[in-house]
Amino acid sequence: MASLLHQIQHQRVTIAAPLALDSGQSLPATTIAYQSYGALNDDKSNAVLICHALTGDQYVASDHPATGKPGWWARMVGPGKPIDTDRFHVICANVLGSCMGSSGPATPDAATGAPLGMAFPVITITDMVRAQALLLDHLGIARLQAVVGGSMGGMQALAWAATYPQRLGSALVIASAARHSAQNIAFHEVGRQAIMADPDWQGGQYYGSARAPTKGLAVARMAAHITYLSEAGLTEKFGRRLQARDIKSFGFDADFQVESYLRHQGLAFTDRFDANAYLYITRAMDYFDLADPHDGRLAGAFARAKDVRFTLVSFDTDWLYPTSESRRIVQALQSVGAAASFVELSAPFGHDSFLLDVPALDRLVAGALGSGF
Amino acid sequence: MALRPDLAIIADAVPPGARVLDVGCGDGELIAALRAKGVDARGLEIDPANVTAAIARGQSVVQGDANRDLADYPDDAFDYAILSQTLQTTERPDRVVDELLRIAPRAFVSFPNFAHWRVRLALLWNGRMPVTRLLPVAWYETPNIHHVTVSDFRDLVRAKGIRVERVWHLSGDRPTSDAAASWRAEHAIFLISRR
Repeated sequence: MASLLHQIQHQRVTIAAPLALDSGQSLPATTIAYQSYGALNDDKSNAVLICHALTGDQYVASDHPATGKPGWWARMVGPGKPIDTDRFHVICANVLGSCMGSSGPATPDAATGAPLGMAFPVITITDMVRAQALLLDHLGIARLQAVVGGSMGGMQALAWAATYPQRLGSALVIASAARHSAQNIAFHEVGRQAIMADPDWQGGQYYGSARAPTKGLAVARMAAHITYLSEAGLTEKFGRRLQARDIKSFGFDADFQVESYLRHQGLAFTDRFDANAYLYITRAMDYFDLADPHDGRLAGAFARAKDVRFTLVSFDTDWLYPTSESRRIVQALQSVGAAASFVELSAPFGHDSFLLDVPALDRLVAGALGSGF
Repeated sequence: MALRPDLAIIADAVPPGARVLDVGCGDGELIAALRAKGVDARGLEIDPANVTAAIARGQSVVQGDANRDLADYPDDAFDYAILSQTLQTTERPDRVVDELLRIAPRAFVSFPNFAHWRVRLALLWNGRMPVTRLLPVAWYETPNIHHVTVSDFRDLVRAKGIRVERVWHLSGDRPTSDAAASWRAEHAIFLISRR
């Protein structure tokens, strides 16, 4: 399916200037696929950038071109919604390294025309943000009213504040962290090893072949999906209920509903995502630690961001990016005197709460964007 | 809606342009009044529903506990700290006062006066912990774990060498004279500062 994925036509621009990356390498040219919603006003002051999560994409409020499903944040973005496209010009770009039209491991080598595969340079969250800044330059947008993101999108919002504070009015960071923990890295490594252990991965050069590492990618998604849910949520949804049978099979079919659900999630994921992109983006997240360039002092990352208004939201059942990580960010922001809001919301859905029906989150997002403070 | 009288006094006394932290800001009622007059007001609040309401109004409010989380603010981060109707709920009111005057040179502290005549009467005649308009919750479930009187608070700040710049006494939501305030004030607002 990965080959079909790469046949989709996306709205995109290619910026021909080289992009210097954190790794020391550079991209000779950068292609960025993006979607936008709502009109840009005359003085170009109403732009809101939404940053997507690991397996998200730029189709934040429009149907996904591969699956036909509604946009991943359609409940939040649109006319009259908390991120109101009657007021804001909303931009969402596919992150660098991904597989929905932006430069990534499926991008052809300029010399040979063959997909780069693992020859694509390793990128970071800040590299993703640099690419987004290139897109804004191209669109003539000097300053964002706000940057908004959940999970890895929140990491990009934080990196925006650290890298381009003068281009930013406010940052809304939901269910996120300023660094990846050992546990976060560990889960990602399980996913990457599942992909790379699949013989169909072929060292990453599977694009032209009839085989793609869909089994490995599905297992990676299954492991990750568990981390997005809470134990209570899983128990409530599935318990120990059996799948389409009355008695245990004493075999290795998907006896339990939770197994069947995970297998379905894993398989469906391979229709819309590329295994190499999963490797690159998880790596970028693992390398993320905003305090690292500042001798471990997170406040150092925000020293130039005093005038950015921050809103941080965590969820009480999110054990992937727990409240303690948001608090750590708030402490760093307070120590530099930046205006910060923070609240831990109660929601049953674990990390995925930021994507789901949490009415308090809608009010918070609208409030955080509504004030022209 | 009209501001609670103690909040109206504080809102009136803070000059425009000041940087203020409202500790225990509730749903941001005072912050809204302060921002309307050009004060850079932020908040700390323990109840997430209140914090959500304040952020939804466009305010900068952090969910946190006055007993612990004031430590996260640097020295002199603000011009004024405000602690209204919250001192008596803290674990160590003396340390909270220290923290207020660390993060700001001046602080407003308001609290219900436990020596008001109704309280004295309730104890004297009934022999029971009083339940009054400003102290409406029974002893076993009240958040007010450190009842304090006007005289107690004066003793505390004197012992700490803190200056009292101004005091307002309220009775029935109206100002009352300083004379016999210990008996007659239902509620006191102190503006204190570092010496």
